[in-house]
Amino acid sequence: MGSSSSNMNHIPDAEELMQETGFSSAHLLRLYERFEFLDREKRGELTPDDFEAVGRLALNPIGGRIIGAFFSQGQETVDFASFVRILAHFRPADTNRRDGAPQDPANSRTRKLKFAFQLYDQDGDGMISRVELLQVLRAMMGIQVTEEQLQSIAERAIQEADLDRDDAISFDEFKKSLEKVNIDHKMSILFLR
Amino acid sequence: MAAIWTLSFYLVWPACLALTPPAELPHPHNLPPELGLNRSDGSLSVDLPLALRVFSVDYHHVQAPFEIVLWIMLASLAKLGFHWSGRVPAVVPESCLLIMVGLLVGGVIYGVRHSAPPTLSADAFFLFLLPPIVLDAGYFLPGRLFFENLGTILWYAVLGTLWNVLGIGLSLYGVCLLAPDSLGDLSLLHCLLFGSLIAAVDPVAVLSVFQEMHVNDQLHILVFGESLLNDAVTVVLYKLFESFLRLPSVSGLDVFLGGCRVVVVGLGGLFVGLFFGLVAALTSRFTSRAQVIAPLFVFLYSYLSYLTSEMLHLSGIMAIVTCAVTMKQYVEANVSERSNTSIQYFLKMWSSVSETLIFIFLGVSTIQDVHMWSWPFVCSTLLLCLVWRASGVLLLTAVVNKLRRNTVTFRDQFIIAYGGLRGAICFSLVFLIDDFPKKRLFITTTIVVILFTVFVQGMTIKPLVELLDVKRKKRALPTVSEEIHSRLIDHLLAGIEDVVGYWGQHYWKDKFEQFNRKYLRRFLIREDNQASSSILRVYQELERREQRGDEEAPSIVDPRSHSRPLLPEEMDSIRRILSRNLQNFNNKTPAYSRHTLHQDANRDRVRKSLHRHQSLGERYTFTQVEEAEFSGSHRARKGLSRSHTVCSISPLAVLQEPSVPAASARTTIPTSSPAAREEQSAAQHQTSVGGATKKQLSFVLENENQQ
Repeated sequence: MGSSSSNMNHIPDAEELMQETGFSSAHLLRLYERFEFLDREKRGELTPDDFEAVGRLALNPIGGRIIGAFFSQGQETVDFASFVRILAHFRPADTNRRDGAPQDPANSRTRKLKFAFQLYDQDGDGMISRVELLQVLRAMMGIQVTEEQLQSIAERAIQEADLDRDDAISFDEFKKSLEKVNIDHKMSILFLR
Repeated sequence: MAAIWTLSFYLVWPACLALTPPAELPHPHNLPPELGLNRSDGSLSVDLPLALRVFSVDYHHVQAPFEIVLWIMLASLAKLGFHWSGRVPAVVPESCLLIMVGLLVGGVIYGVRHSAPPTLSADAFFLFLLPPIVLDAGYFLPGRLFFENLGTILWYAVLGTLWNVLGIGLSLYGVCLLAPDSLGDLSLLHCLLFGSLIAAVDPVAVLSVFQEMHVNDQLHILVFGESLLNDAVTVVLYKLFESFLRLPSVSGLDVFLGGCRVVVVGLGGLFVGLFFGLVAALTSRFTSRAQVIAPLFVFLYSYLSYLTSEMLHLSGIMAIVTCAVTMKQYVEANVSERSNTSIQYFLKMWSSVSETLIFIFLGVSTIQDVHMWSWPFVCSTLLLCLVWRASGVLLLTAVVNKLRRNTVTFRDQFIIAYGGLRGAICFSLVFLIDDFPKKRLFITTTIVVILFTVFVQGMTIKPLVELLDVKRKKRALPTVSEEIHSRLIDHLLAGIEDVVGYWGQHYWKDKFEQFNRKYLRRFLIREDNQASSSILRVYQELERREQRGDEEAPSIVDPRSHSRPLLPEEMDSIRRILSRNLQNFNNKTPAYSRHTLHQDANRDRVRKSLHRHQSLGERYTFTQVEEAEFSGSHRARKGLSRSHTVCSISPLAVLQEPSVPAASARTTIPTSSPAAREEQSAAQHQTSVGGATKKQLSFVLENENQQ
């Protein structure tokens, strides 16, 4: 792409971002184009409205939470760097470690799981309480399931995962309950390699 | 002991068949002529002085159907015999045993009659024996797994088959050039033709061998899907080369047109199947008043799609598979539970019989006069088949692994390559070739290759698999946490893909689901079945079970049930709820397996029965949907009798604790007004016996005890 070098100059801190997240320049460029597309008002930042304009996200049962995950605590807008950092979680894991790669890259298994964990844990106390679990379950299951069934499912899930019997799931317990699942496979968008 | 009986069966039966006069089976060209006894008028009579015949035998009258039935009976008894004969099926796959029986029968017939026994005619095979098998395969295809791996499957099916055909054909031509004295008259086209029919991996043979092994689902679907889809390529190439043979010369244009033909045939079959599938789904919508014939439509439409595409020279297998896959979900929602069961059982039955017959005939047809042997040709064919398949798989996998998330490991590749069994399709195709001097050589070679792959590869694949430690299908089901979190992650990924604007696999899947929900389901599924069809189905299955008063063996016990008596059942029911209701519908049916309808249905039943117990009162409101089946007088009885049947199913797993009085259960029963489904939660609360499912299960038992 002939114009790539000039476009890359538009991207603030491109080199740093590539280093930190492991994206290649082609990917970074593509993400930047997408960012600009979403940013309809050309402010250089995204607001929740911009995300909601992505039609299908509204149909997603946890769409609101996903959007919320992009905005860190108290912030109203997302700049490109944060956008990219969030998306870096969804890169497939690097098979060979590059020199100079950060020790705890965003797409490590732990970080991916942490991201998913935070979708549950909306109040940020580091634990998934029964209420939070029920909220997510209700969102995912729709109206076909009765309250009691939801309760029993949540009960069962907590029973399985909650090892220290505090009636909530901590991050470690969450990790443990997913130890057999191939997170890298499930939580990666291939083209972001 | 059982072995002695089975052996005697196998000796008696061929004798019967040998003594019957030769059948007038529909024969196409080029089969060995039938000699044999010819009665003058086909009837036998006892001579009495009176003119009246008191006792006469007129065999000729019933000959054709009689013999067909005898063959089918032989096949079925053989199958029965195997399953009674102990450890043999574990070592030798069923297909091998059936071929051996066929060989035996053929040998006996040959010995008695001194002429070739009846062979498998290509028409009979393609028109009558193959469709049930493929229909069964398509109907029970694990949909989600199939579509997830569709790219890879197509890659193997199309490119792999092309690679094999061209490779084998060209190398064989090279071999022929090297041995000009014996093989000199085989032209390149002949070799290519032979290559095209011998390269075809046969779904029947593959399935019957993979039955015995429990490999992981992904591998299973890859091999199975490939064997199913490569029909389009194989048959087209075969017909192509055959028509080339008839042309005086072949130009580049012909080759190009041939390539187009492959695409047309494949896609044409697909569309024919789609069309018939949708029409079948629509028809099933209106079958509520004549439920008995509802299963018939499934079979008729599928068969019609097959015949139509055969008529148009399109790929019949593609058509019938597509038809089955398309209509399955709508038909299941539309027809009654009994019809669903009928459909499933009939499919299994027919495909079983077909498969058995095919293998037996393969064995029988081996005994004939028309063999022509040629060491270089036969041996090189065998070798080349293996070599080209292995190299093809290696090469293709190397490419496809870069594009897949779940790589195909080396062990998987070995299984794919080694599990490429040839079967009856090659056999029939070789008989269809126009006659030419070396045709008998082709026939012999084909038979040898089939026998080799089925016997040698079929028998050794299992030990080799164990040796290589293929990733076995995980027996442990995912825990509830895993399921929930996995679904969450699926949603998350779909959302992120939307944000990033990437058209990933989630995109197409979700898009189709949306389209399906908005248009197709509304159009094709009966009005009252649309809203909560999944829960309804559960309920209807329970009712259906009760109607039949089934006595099938409750042999499926959750292995964990002994450690913690109650929670696994609850868990199964929870899992059932999850798998049906989480928005990304994850099809939890096990990988396609010819013989597991019985188990699968049982397991579903066990789960569902307990699922039902979770919320007895609420479930009860759904009885009313199938108005045609239930009359009002049955309602009160229902609750009690249902618990009765359920308890007969899972005696081992359920606790015997009559703690909660049955009164609580009985009070819920009268609330069986045909309430709308939205009121389920209201009735629901009446049964929440402290939220402990333990008690719910026990009060059900209480019901039973008090009947």
